[in-house]
Amino acid sequence: MDGLIAPLLNGSAQGALLLLAALGLSLTFGQMGVINMAHGEFLMIGAFSAYLVQQVITASGLSIPVALPVAFVVAGLFGLLLEVTIIRWMYRRPLDTLLVTVGVGLILQQAALQIFPSQGVPVEKPRWLDGQLTILGYSWPMRQLFTILLATVCVAALSAWLKYTSFGRRIRATVHNRDLAETTGISTRGIDRLTFFVGSGLAGVAGVAASLIGGTNSQMGAQYIIPAFLVVAAGGIGQLKGTVIAAWAVGVALAFFAYWTTGSLAQVLAFILVIVFLQLRPQGLFTVRTRSLA
Amino acid sequence: MSSTRKRMRALVALGAIGTTMTLVLAGCGARAGDDAAGAGSSAAASCVDTSGDTIKLGFLNSLTGGMAISEKTVSDVLHMAADEINADGGILDKKIEYVQEDGATDWPTFAEKTEKLLTQDCVAAIFGGWTSSSRKAVKPVVEKFNGLFFYPVQYEGLESSPNIYYTGATTNQQIIPAMDFLAAEGVKTLFLAGSDYVFPRTANAIIKLYAAKLGIKIVGEEYVPLDKDDWTSQVAKIAAAKPDFIFNTINGSSNVGFIKAYYDAGLTPAKTPIISVSIAEEEAPAMGHEVTGNYASWNYFQSLKTDTNPEFIKNWKAYPNSSGVTSDPMEAAYISLYLYKALVEAAGSFDVDAVNAAAKAKPITFDAPEGKVTLDGENHHISKPGHIGRINADNQFDIVWASDKFIEPDPYLEGYDWFPADIRKQLTDAAG
Repeated sequence: MDGLIAPLLNGSAQGALLLLAALGLSLTFGQMGVINMAHGEFLMIGAFSAYLVQQVITASGLSIPVALPVAFVVAGLFGLLLEVTIIRWMYRRPLDTLLVTVGVGLILQQAALQIFPSQGVPVEKPRWLDGQLTILGYSWPMRQLFTILLATVCVAALSAWLKYTSFGRRIRATVHNRDLAETTGISTRGIDRLTFFVGSGLAGVAGVAASLIGGTNSQMGAQYIIPAFLVVAAGGIGQLKGTVIAAWAVGVALAFFAYWTTGSLAQVLAFILVIVFLQLRPQGLFTVRTRSLA
Repeated sequence: MSSTRKRMRALVALGAIGTTMTLVLAGCGARAGDDAAGAGSSAAASCVDTSGDTIKLGFLNSLTGGMAISEKTVSDVLHMAADEINADGGILDKKIEYVQEDGATDWPTFAEKTEKLLTQDCVAAIFGGWTSSSRKAVKPVVEKFNGLFFYPVQYEGLESSPNIYYTGATTNQQIIPAMDFLAAEGVKTLFLAGSDYVFPRTANAIIKLYAAKLGIKIVGEEYVPLDKDDWTSQVAKIAAAKPDFIFNTINGSSNVGFIKAYYDAGLTPAKTPIISVSIAEEEAPAMGHEVTGNYASWNYFQSLKTDTNPEFIKNWKAYPNSSGVTSDPMEAAYISLYLYKALVEAAGSFDVDAVNAAAKAKPITFDAPEGKVTLDGENHHISKPGHIGRINADNQFDIVWASDKFIEPDPYLEGYDWFPADIRKQLTDAAG
């Protein structure tokens, strides 16, 4: 039993982290069609925000709950800055945004390398995340449960926001038909900025979760960006539920492959699966009409 | 990693290479062959200028990209050593004038910059590197142009070159002492955890052979790509295998993820301690309290009590932008410049062949912070003391074990009967 339960639980947590990294992309890439390669660096900004919060609030039990909204706002503001200064000029040129945001990502990495100790900084895990839950004989780290809960809360909040608030309705209207949305008086410029702020802010939240799992350093964002894009693509562009399912499936596949083979081979096998899936179903799990890409 | 991103990096690198090529074409041939020593036996005529009161040296490390995390300190300490040597009169009364190049975590760039340093800047020797991949990129270039390269990091051994000097540990100075320590501790079962590249793979091949000889059972072996931090799945396997000890050959930021997963799974140094070969004073702080109580095998620790160590630590702490702690790789980089100085002074010349001849003529020594090291003129490695340290709450290491004498370098493990010739050949070819 242990042989199935450990990879299932750990894979779900791995999927949850992937989902957190991909959520923001499903907004900026999925809804707006912007290929933001600096998304991983926004994640890094979130992680460094958690470190900075811990310099002020030294009780680690309190600092992580505080760090989550702080990271959201800080990473969101960086995203907003990127949108206002660069992305807004390139909405009709997705390949150019790809090139430019790779450059922005490299600049952010180098800035972090200059500002913080080059080996990275420690982000202390709250004491209430110490310990394990015993589930069917497997001692499951509490931290894994935290990642899953955090991802669940973020998905619930985001979908409620998109569904029930006027902002959300305006975002959806803009995605479906920009010109018509404008004629009804929606400021699509404002909507673009807001979407980018929220999408980048979610990367910041993912960064806090990542800082509890791996190192917080200038290079940390790079390992999440491509898996996150693949997850969004496999889930179906512009579809939150597709992203959720794809992230979970990739996470669990990674964990089972890692259990049966090795960590290196698992990476290869899991992403071969994603690529084969995209070959068979290029539109992803679910589809929706958007103004681009789908 | 990310294929798109790599493609992007390749584009950037391509641009850089293009620029470099233009520079090389523009600057080449301007100065050649006024080498004072005039050895002339080398394939390519050296263009090193020794007529002035300065000597040009090349420093080559990744200052950007993923490896900048580690290599920055090596680069900084080389600058400090150069300043020290210059303040003390230089090498053969010539002040060091260094040319800094950025390898940018890109191995072709390392090769490109090496060629630039040797043929365009005409440096007498190059110092730096970190990953085995960077060293393997530099090797054919320094061999082709008969240059000199000083490599400062512990590595997987099975290599020697007339054009490279190795001031970090080879396997019999770090891996084998660690195994001797484990045997002394009465360890019966061992789990191997490593990053997936040449050093951990080779190290673990050696560990398995020696473990068989020592009667230690290997109960598992796990690898994760160098750029992945999440170790949870693998640590679950380790917890299930319940080894007496974990031998950790993980490198870089992935180590932080490993330590976090280890701590979260409820594993403790009291029951399942880790011995690492890539966690030093520089790396430990990023892991917080979760790494405390575990072990590391190095030659140098900041806590070593030698005659020269206090001065080294003091100078480093006072150095601008210093990280504030000293560690094994940076100490080895510090040694490399002083070793070069000693070699050149013994040779009375900056000429590569003269330097290599001096290395063979009589033992070259240096009073390093880790103790008095001696160069082996044949294999170009240095003797080193083996030490095992235990990480304390201040992220310093309490020395718990030391080899009874300095260990002579044996990169091909020829002095170890448990290391069969066919496996030596196989691993050497694989590392190629």
